[in-house]
Order: sequence, then C-alpha cells, then structure tokens
Amino acid sequence: MCLGIPGQITRIISARERRAEVAINGVRREVNIACIADAEHPAESCVGDWVLVHVGFAMSRISAEEAALTLDVLTQLGEAQLEMDRMRESGRTGPMA
Amino acid sequence: MRYVDEFRDPEKARYLVKDIQRLAALIPAAANRPLQLMEFCGGHTHTIFKYGIEQMLPPSVELVHGPGCPVCVLPMGRVDDCVAIAECPEVIFTTFGDAMRVPGSRKSLLQAKATGADVRMVYSPLDALAIARDNPDREVVFFGLGFETTMPATALTILAAERQRVANFSVFCNHITTLPTIKAILDSSDMELDGFLGPGHVSMVIGTHPYHFIAGHYHKPVVIAGFEPLDILQSLWMLLKQLAERRCAVENQYARIVPEAGNTQALDAIQQVFEIREYFEWRGLGSIDHSGVSIRNRFAAFDAERRFSVPNLSIADPKACQCGEVLKGVIKPWECKVFGGACTPETPLGSLMVSSEGACAAYFNYGKMSGEVPATVEEVS
Ligand code: SF4
Repeated sequence: MCLGIPGQITRIISARERRAEVAINGVRREVNIACIADAEHPAESCVGDWVLVHVGFAMSRISAEEAALTLDVLTQLGEAQLEMDRMRESGRTGPMA
Repeated sequence: MRYVDEFRDPEKARYLVKDIQRLAALIPAAANRPLQLMEFCGGHTHTIFKYGIEQMLPPSVELVHGPGCPVCVLPMGRVDDCVAIAECPEVIFTTFGDAMRVPGSRKSLLQAKATGADVRMVYSPLDALAIARDNPDREVVFFGLGFETTMPATALTILAAERQRVANFSVFCNHITTLPTIKAILDSSDMELDGFLGPGHVSMVIGTHPYHFIAGHYHKPVVIAGFEPLDILQSLWMLLKQLAERRCAVENQYARIVPEAGNTQALDAIQQVFEIREYFEWRGLGSIDHSGVSIRNRFAAFDAERRFSVPNLSIADPKACQCGEVLKGVIKPWECKVFGGACTPETPLGSLMVSSEGACAAYFNYGKMSGEVPATVEEVS
C-alpha cells in the first residue's frame, strides 16, 4: 500500500470524474487520476502515460523506464505479486459461511 | 558478496559502498560511537533487509529502523475499535489486507471475520465505496490507514461519497502524519540520531519543504530516498557526504518522483477533508502530539468515529513485547525476548512481525537473526 505499483493508462472512463482504466502488470483496473490530471495535463491527454498507482489512485507520472525498473524491484521484494492479489481479491470475500 | 551483484548497477553500488567507508572515516563523531542513521519508512526497511544493505556498511555506520510502517504502529485499542465496529450486524467492515492480522487485545480482524463479522479486504477505498453503493441496506465502513501516501486516496473517496450522496459509507480514520512523529523522535532522549533517510512516497505528496526544520532547527541532515537498493545506498552516501562536510540540508535523491512542492491536488484533498488531531496513540511509542488526522466537521456524516460509538480505549501491549524499544532503535529486533519464539510472522505477538515492512518480520524473513559480523569492504568488492 505504501510502495505502489506502476501502470499505464489505457483509456479514460470519465474525464469529468477523473476515472481511467490502467493496465497494471497485465491486469486492467479502474484507477482515479485526480492527482495527476490538471490544466497542463487534461484527463483526455493522459492516455499512454505511465503512472505510479497507490491504493487505486495514480499519484505520480513516471517514465516508462522508471516503471519497468520499479516493477522489477517490487517483484524481487515480493510486493508486486501481493499487490496483484490485493487487486484481484478486492471486496470478493464476504462473511465466512 | 552475493547481494551487490543483484543490484541494477553493481559497479556503482561497489563504488558507493567503498566511498561510504571513506567518508565515515572522516566524520569525527564516528570515532567514538557508530553513526546512527534512521530510515523512517517501512518500504526502505524492507529493501534494506532484502538486499543486505546493513552488511555492506562499515561498522561505524548503523541503521535504525524507524516507525514508518503504518500497520506496525497501530495500537491495540484501535484494532479493538475496528473489531467492535465490524461486529455490528449491519456493518460491512472493509480494510486493506495488511491490517487483517494485527493483534488486538481480544482478536484481530481476521479472527473477527472467522467468528462471523463481515470483514472484507479491499485494494482501494474506492472499492469500499462501490461495496456501499451495491449494498444500500448495510453500513459500509472503510478502515482509513497510512501516512500521507494513502491519505489523499481516503480524502478523495470521501469527496466522491459526498458528491454521489452515498449515505451508508463512512471511514474509521486512523491516518497518521510523518513530521510530528519525526519531531517526537528527535525530541526523545532515548536516541542520538545523526541523520534521516526521508520517506519517498510520503514526500511525493508533501514535497521537500516540510522537512526543513530537521536541518534548520535540529541540525540533522535529511536525504529523501527512493526504495530501490541503489537509491538507498546513494542516499546513505549523500547523508555521509553532508556529515563529512559538516553540512546539514534537505536533499532529494528521489527527485524523479518527488517534486519539491509535492502534489498540489493531493494536498488540496487532504486539506479539505482532514484536520490535525491534538494527539494520536502509537503502538510502542505512546501518544504523540499532532501525529494523526481526523475528519472535519463538514464531513461528519462520513466519520465512523461519530456514527458508531467506539470504545477508543488505550490498551497496553503485552508485557513481553518490546516493539517500542525496537521502533525507537534502542534494541535490535533479535534482542527482543520473544523474537522468533513466541513471536513469528505466523503468530505475531507484536505488530512489527505482522507486516513485511516491520523490522522484526524483515529480520525474520531474511534470516538476519543475530548480529552477524558485518562484511568488510574487501569482502563486498
Ligand atoms: S519480536 Fe515481536 S514482540 Fe518483539 S519487538 Fe518484534 S514484533 Fe514486537
């Protein structure tokens, strides 16, 4: 949750609501881009950008090279797999029957 | 040594290790006692253990593993409050998975779930908000947790809940702040620190300016560091260079991610939704002034602390736990009496065993269980 994970913005779902689809390590998920979209970078122009995603929010724009290196270290630390599991399992687990 | 070869640029790493030793020899304070450099952030702690960075340093440089792992400093009383809220029959309690196993005085959230409470792990507070929209007849509570890195996410989610008029969503706010905590550490008589590695992702949000009091008032150097192994070595080198040149300043090794002014949109959201608490309780460290935030009056409808009457008791840690002394760097993890015996990552007694960013779990997982003789530079290169 503190280290984040890099992803690439593939599509804007709603520019007004700052919702975008981001490909993170091969998995697509909705991410909020309110912290990286501004007058200089309108939401529509963010497609293709690499970002660092923390708990569902793009917090920083990064270079493609930085994204690759970061993913590499996260994989070595075991954090990338954990983060993917967290995304996959999010909200699925209801009460134990 | 095998670790250096795992670095992205082993050549550079070897050079840095050598020069760290040269610089350490130039620092007068290091003649009498080892220099104590604190990495505040749990992400740094994890990298340091994984890559054996401590073993590369000369004996005159010691790392103190700070309290910057939000899961590790959650006090028992707050975990009990979570369990109390989660056990209300109308509640769906949502949390980051990291917090599930933190021990409370009665049970952890994982144990509460096993005994019938509807506790669900979420990746993002936005997922918790979606669960609230999907379950209008239930009360959905999100456990807001973390430093300034995750604070904007919670703030923006509360703003979205207000916009979308989601009436059955609230946040149990346990967000904590970095700078008052660093100040408390600097004011504590328990330790004599010589410099700080500043947290990278907190700084991505708050920028570099808020750290200036550390250099200006306390005369300690700060280097804001990335979390790749080479980032950490380079940041340590920058700290030693300042110490050797008798300078103290705030330097930014992680400028590729950390803008000096921080992230304006994120800071705006934090400012709108949160206000500073008078004090907040930390596991092991006790109460620290201004070290947490609560939800502003305007958003009272989204504040679980007001919607549910939480006991909010302060509960002492089990006697055997020495998490506080480890957090303050007074003892090393393996010196805790229950380390590796009664307290392991499988059955954590203290919270430093719960998260991979906790110093005890990091020591345990990477097998640095005792004070191994640090490798000399000859062995390293
Ligand atoms: S070994 Fe367990 S009880 Fe002791 S300091 Fe570490 S986490 Fe705390």
